[in-house]
Amino acid sequence: MSAAIEIIASFLAGLGRAQYFLLGILGGVPAALARPRLVIQQLYMVGALSLIIIVISGSFIGMVLALQGYRTLVRFGAEDSLGVLVTLSIIRELGPVVTALLFAGRAGSALAAEIGLMKATDQLSAMEMMATDPIKRVIAPRFVAGVIAVPLLTAIFCVMAIGIAGGHAIGVELLGVDAGSYWSQIRASTEIADIQQMLIKAGVFGFTVSWIAVYQGYHAAPTSEGVSRATTGTVVVSSLAILALDFVLTAFMFR
Amino acid sequence: MTTPTPQADDVLVRVRGLSFGYGSRVIYDGIDVDIPRGKVTAIMGPSGTGKTTLLRLIGGQWHPGAGTVAFDGVDVHQLKRRDLYALRKRMGMLFQNGALLTDLNVFDNVAYPLREHTKLPESIIRDLVLMKLQAVGLRGARDLWVSQLSGGMARRVALARALALDPEMVMYDEPFAGQDPITMGVLMRLIRTLNDALGLTSIVVSHDITEVLSIADQAYVIADGKIAAHGTPAELRNHASPWVQQFLTGADDGPVSFHAKAPDYLADLMGTAK
Ligand SMILES: Nc1ncnc2c1ncn2[C@@H]1O[C@H](COP(=O)(O)OP(=O)(O)OP(=O)(O)O)[C@@H](O)[C@H]1O
Ligand SMILES: [Mg+2]
Repeated sequence: MSAAIEIIASFLAGLGRAQYFLLGILGGVPAALARPRLVIQQLYMVGALSLIIIVISGSFIGMVLALQGYRTLVRFGAEDSLGVLVTLSIIRELGPVVTALLFAGRAGSALAAEIGLMKATDQLSAMEMMATDPIKRVIAPRFVAGVIAVPLLTAIFCVMAIGIAGGHAIGVELLGVDAGSYWSQIRASTEIADIQQMLIKAGVFGFTVSWIAVYQGYHAAPTSEGVSRATTGTVVVSSLAILALDFVLTAFMFR
Repeated sequence: MTTPTPQADDVLVRVRGLSFGYGSRVIYDGIDVDIPRGKVTAIMGPSGTGKTTLLRLIGGQWHPGAGTVAFDGVDVHQLKRRDLYALRKRMGMLFQNGALLTDLNVFDNVAYPLREHTKLPESIIRDLVLMKLQAVGLRGARDLWVSQLSGGMARRVALARALALDPEMVMYDEPFAGQDPITMGVLMRLIRTLNDALGLTSIVVSHDITEVLSIADQAYVIADGKIAAHGTPAELRNHASPWVQQFLTGADDGPVSFHAKAPDYLADLMGTAK
């Protein structure tokens, strides 16, 4: 019983520290934005280098969705609606969630490891002794880059899954669904609100994953074990947070 | 410890009654240290006694449990963040392992403090950086990445970086570790020359006793959270304490045992130790 209380207490203490840390980061964001070169560099690190995995995953998920959807829809003679099925599943759920999960695994873990190593090798201390704030110089640019990157990557994921290589390739090219009805049905039943909600989800996920990653890295024990814990912690905590937040956000957006 | 305390103005860093511990582990237990202005002060002591910790306390990175650290009359640990940063521009620090920024190359590492804190044009920064690199003999290594440097080279680049802003005081944490004899001689003379020519104040933490005592004006020996000895190099060499003598000469028999507490060696090997 007391063990359970202790776990809950330490969880809440961690949450408090993380929120306090977040305030510090947000304070450093204007300084980071004033030096766009730092942010662009990080955007390349977390964004551009995650592109390949996002493109490939998006394509495969779109293809699988089209195969499965076709099997069901064709029984009702509704295979013209394949585009709608693929599009709404991707835009509303799979796009933001899978992109964020992949981002946590590819970029979040790398961020945490990099920051943890900078701490373990005294680089952050050295910055402080040189009177430069590591929060402004190291943490905030990485955080901002993460927040920007996830919505962009989500959009790319959706385009791949619905159009170029995913649903379109399987549905239209392979299974022979009429291209005209594939696209016109998509246009008819997708609303601007769906896209807005996708971007909101992606923004929230990007914020959360980046926050968790920089927090884990910055508070890692300065040893190799500490860095490896921070990396694992980033992926595990981010994944759970993404799934839980997705439920909450979906419940709020449900009409 | 009979050295008279220097006059107030002669002391750049005054440490009084400083106590510090990591968690429950006591590192310092009420020590007093004076770093005189314009002099080279050596800090020596067994590995793990807290020499690096002392430098971090002076730089305001750790907060003491009790006591004060005053830099030029200002209590370092009472300062607001902004003032502390302003103060740190007046201190250079060479970290024990270099602590170079791994996402920059050698040139940019040395240029980093200049770019962050001055609005100098790039051509002047280039000249300044090359001058600092020339002083540590690494002008030719300017385009290397940090991962391509040896430990000794990294420390010399870090030295150039510590000097970049022309600080009033430089703290050197183990500047000689991992250097070959020639480089070591150059670095020793460099530290001394910089100190005298630029009117710096230097704190040198080192295990290389002979070398560091040959350039130091005064030295502190730290052990077990206390100042074990303090004085000029000559005073230390003639110090009465057998402990200090053993530390300075590196003899393996004396009051300090090289071995951690253990059962009798033979009995331990035979498996009959209790
Ligand atoms: N961040 C830390 N957290 C906990 N303990 C620490 C920390 N840093 C150092 N210590 C401990 O404090 C003691 C003093 O460390 P410090 O690095 O100051 O020693 P040192 O005198 O510089 O040693 P060396 O000559 O080996 O560099 C060490 O025994 C170390 O285990
Ligand atoms: Mg040390």
